[in-house]
Amino acid sequence: MTGTGEVLLRIEGLTKAYPGVVANSDVSFAVAPGEVHALLGENGAGKSTLVKMIYGLVKPDSGTMTLRGAAYAPSKPGVARQQGVAMVFQHFSLFEALNVAENVALGMQNPPGMRTLASRIRQVSQDYGLPLDPDRLVGDLSAGERQRVEIIRCLLQDPKLLIMDEPTSVLTPQEVDILFQTLRQLSAEGTAILYISHKLEEIRALCDAATILRRGKVVATCTPREKSARDLAEMMVGETLTPPARSAKAKGAVALEVSGLSVPSPNPFGTSLKNIGFSVQKGEILGIAGVAGNGQDELLLALSGEVRTARDRIRINGEGCGDAGPNERRRAGLVAAPEERLGHAAAPDMSLTENALLSGAVRKGLVSRGFIDWAATRAFAGQIVDGFDVRTPGIWVAARALSGGNLQKFVVGRELSQAPTVVVVNQPTWGVDASAAAAIRQALIDRAAEGAAVVVISQDLDELLEITDRFAALNGGRLTEPRPTQGLTVEEIGLMMGGAHGMEVAHHVHP
Amino acid sequence: MDLSAINPAVLIASLMVAAVPIMLAATGELVVEKAGVLNLGVEGMMIMGAVCGLAIAVEAESPVLGFVAAAAGGAALSLIFAFLTQVLLANQVATGLALTLFGLGLSSLIGQGYVGIKPPPTPRLDFGPLTDIPVLGTILFRHDPVVYLSVLIIAAVWALLKFTRAGLILRAVGENHDAAHALGYKVQRIRLAAILFGGAMAGLGGAYISLVRVPQWTDGITAGAGWIALAIVVFASWKPWRILLGAYLFGGITVLQLNLQAAGARIPIEYLSMSPYLITILVLVIMSADRGRAALNAPAALGRNFHASR
Amino acid sequence: MFILEKRPTPSRFWMAATPILAVILTMIAGGLMFAILGKDPFVAIRTIFWDPLFDPQFASYSRPQLLVKAGPLILIAIGLSLGFRAGIWNIGAEGQYIMGAIFGAAAGLAFYPSENRLIFPLMVAAGAFGGWVWAMIPAILRTRFRTNEILVSLLLVYVAQSLLASMALGALRSPDGGGFPGSRNLSQWATSANPELIVGTGMHWGVVTAFIAVIASYILLQRHILGFQIRLAGEAPRAARFAGVNPNRLVVLCLGVSGALAGLAGLFEVTGPAGQISIDFNSGYGFTAIIVAFLGRLNPIGILLAGLLMALTYIGGELAQFMLGLPSAAIQAFQGMLLFFLLAVDMLGNYRIRLGFGRAA
Repeated sequence: MTGTGEVLLRIEGLTKAYPGVVANSDVSFAVAPGEVHALLGENGAGKSTLVKMIYGLVKPDSGTMTLRGAAYAPSKPGVARQQGVAMVFQHFSLFEALNVAENVALGMQNPPGMRTLASRIRQVSQDYGLPLDPDRLVGDLSAGERQRVEIIRCLLQDPKLLIMDEPTSVLTPQEVDILFQTLRQLSAEGTAILYISHKLEEIRALCDAATILRRGKVVATCTPREKSARDLAEMMVGETLTPPARSAKAKGAVALEVSGLSVPSPNPFGTSLKNIGFSVQKGEILGIAGVAGNGQDELLLALSGEVRTARDRIRINGEGCGDAGPNERRRAGLVAAPEERLGHAAAPDMSLTENALLSGAVRKGLVSRGFIDWAATRAFAGQIVDGFDVRTPGIWVAARALSGGNLQKFVVGRELSQAPTVVVVNQPTWGVDASAAAAIRQALIDRAAEGAAVVVISQDLDELLEITDRFAALNGGRLTEPRPTQGLTVEEIGLMMGGAHGMEVAHHVHP
Repeated sequence: MDLSAINPAVLIASLMVAAVPIMLAATGELVVEKAGVLNLGVEGMMIMGAVCGLAIAVEAESPVLGFVAAAAGGAALSLIFAFLTQVLLANQVATGLALTLFGLGLSSLIGQGYVGIKPPPTPRLDFGPLTDIPVLGTILFRHDPVVYLSVLIIAAVWALLKFTRAGLILRAVGENHDAAHALGYKVQRIRLAAILFGGAMAGLGGAYISLVRVPQWTDGITAGAGWIALAIVVFASWKPWRILLGAYLFGGITVLQLNLQAAGARIPIEYLSMSPYLITILVLVIMSADRGRAALNAPAALGRNFHASR
Repeated sequence: MFILEKRPTPSRFWMAATPILAVILTMIAGGLMFAILGKDPFVAIRTIFWDPLFDPQFASYSRPQLLVKAGPLILIAIGLSLGFRAGIWNIGAEGQYIMGAIFGAAAGLAFYPSENRLIFPLMVAAGAFGGWVWAMIPAILRTRFRTNEILVSLLLVYVAQSLLASMALGALRSPDGGGFPGSRNLSQWATSANPELIVGTGMHWGVVTAFIAVIASYILLQRHILGFQIRLAGEAPRAARFAGVNPNRLVVLCLGVSGALAGLAGLFEVTGPAGQISIDFNSGYGFTAIIVAFLGRLNPIGILLAGLLMALTYIGGELAQFMLGLPSAAIQAFQGMLLFFLLAVDMLGNYRIRLGFGRAA
């Protein structure tokens, strides 16, 4: 498909700077019709800004774009859509309280009447093997189904260029296969696809060409099939990464025991937990996989104590703690780090010192008779910053001023510095650059080696395969039986995560 | 006390009139909240509408111009709210309170020259022989145009939200402003339009008090009607037709307690006059106790400010 | 066009400077309003802000009034500021103020004409209790039924006003009043009087209590874990739950404290400056205190200064009414304007303004 010399989209010298950071600097590449073109780069490499410029959400400071030979400078997404550019977002573009058809209509320039639209949605979803009921509320759909809404919204506009931002992060391996078939079908029909990802194997399997970005600049252009995943990784990161070191050690007594845990979700569109049971020994890391929205947040809330349950459902070091709040559980030895850094794990507008107090007060003894020992709190914050290489001008800065990677190191560091016996983390390296991610994984492994029981909830399968001893998956609020990670195949993991979630059949079964 | 003095048909007719100010203001606020904005300044906008409406109606000797001026006055005040919350990202709760405090002060300043002056009467709509139908004529065909207008506006808002693309976009902005922005919708502009509409409706509602219900100027003439309108939006679970129901319910209570006062009920006047507020609270409690439904119907982005990040 | 750009870390300078900037802007806009009303804006501003303190003719009367007016404003605003910081909006302080006065006065009048010295402390306790009870209604409705406390607390103001009228006309009406509405004069009955403690200063027990509240609130917010939890709950509610804060407890606490302080303010007012329960006993302190709380940036020291400034506008406003015929409503509008300008410049602490043609937000 490539090499015909025909060019659909050409980008030349695009530059976009924000105060304090250059998101894109002199970026150039070209996409041919029907080509599947990968945009590869770490978190923060500037991929998102680049595609936002192509989609008309952000205006470039300098540089030009041409679409089918004509100058292309979309002033807003509507213009981009009119010219045949469509985008499937990773986040933020669906409305939970509206139904599928309404969501689709909102993303179209001139939608037909609702009834016509509904039948066209059914038609397109059948043509491309993406079953979807136009009348259902989006809030009731699984993550994979929500992505289908986005894709169908794009397909209805007959796009010439389809931009996909990290589309597989919400899919099981089986669902990824089905998505790739759809994308290949589109590509064969002549639709070019700009595919953003940092997952190397996927790109090697799917893409015809790849542009690799690092710190806002194009560092290489290549044909991914001709490169090894390792080559691609080094081009992307710019350095050789050492995988985390593990040493096999004997496991200790059971530190965390969960049995028959059923909790209704506190959110209207959340997933309730159903009869969850597992146990973790000291020195062991249990990985919990699953596609987004299958009960991960609810599980973290139930373990951290933000949502309470019956006493015996959760035992920490043998002690029933199910009815205890977060601070009582901390006292019992359990620390937790939620997924959402800003607003949940940390207060955005408060200083690092105050954020250190937020969860460290109990185990570090920072409060006596209700009065805060600020000197000790500052010392604790400094200890986290030094011990976990948090890059910050000082402990007085607001949490929101830190980059994602640095704040995540601070949050994980804060929990691990409290000498916990049980550690629960959700998405510990989500949106974090590779070196920070490696540091966080190593810290989790080290903490386990020192004798803590660690639960890592993550949607990044590579991460789980790398650091965990046993592996389980959440699917629709239920947890599979944990199995040793060693020797698991991708196929088996996919089935644990729910397989294709009935993608072949017409309707998603909602429990 | 003589309850026989209370004629049911007249009671119903007068509750329809009593409901108008709350109905107008609540319909406006419903649109504002559907766009994801919580404007607590309804009371302030109503009273500004009341004083502007009265002043212009007196000066121009035209109730129609009065109502137009009232809508403009309410919208003008809401423009301040829109500027502060949408452009300067001020806290919506605090700004709404400021609007009320400022509106009460400014209206009293403007109203000084109009104390005791009667505005020109707002004529009834002439339905000819229909007016003389027993009972039904009294209830349905002896009102001024604003009574019918307020019901028409509810119907229009209902149709707009349910059937039109503009309504869909408005709901989408109130549901998830980040997603709406990502799709290319101008969140601030859409919210600005909703806020102005809300201000104009509150202004109309206020003018109905000063031009028809009372009809003259006294300080604090709206007496909490704006707050009741806010409560009615919650009562209605953000559904337009339920605003009608809610407003008639409260109109009914108001009229009934006034009638009881007039009929010389044995309950002291003070207790009767606090009853609409108490019943509003009671209804709020009943509505909010039902967690699931309230949570599903409330716009998800209500009260949250939007700032486009990179 | 200008665009706002979020600062990485809040600016301490602008946090302190915004209230001053807001006052200056309000003086300009207020001057404009006075000019429209046909008054010389400079004379009007001077009459409001300068003459009450320094004019040889009026200062001796006005200066003590400063503390008399500032006392209740500060007392109420301190209570409100705790809730506002935690995202708990008690805007019905006016009602709690009324209830404090009614409860306190009733507790005292029950013993009329006894001269027992324990009666005044009992009245103080009853006043605080009255405000607390009135604030517990929205608190319990919110924690039990998730009812919006803004609407409930505000609607209860109207209920309290009706109760006040009923008390002034009924249960608490003075038997010696010849049928006129209003209770016995509490400030003239030595047992219940809340007199000026130091002659010529305006200092009474309410002012003393306000100062104590400022200090206690300062310590609470700076040094105590509860103060930290209050701030955390307001800034990041989910993080607060993660930190183990019980949101319901905070609602009960914040509404309770603000209600009790408003009740105290009402009690000290009815036994001192106002003297008796009357139909129009309340004068809007409960609402003005909202402005005071924001103008003071919800900070105890700030509230102390803001309370004094707001008291000055009351006294200056009365003076301007007397001297220049400036309508009293103009002062009310002026105070509302101050809150607007404060909210308008408030974002300077968290955002930078950049002029230019950027992308539209």
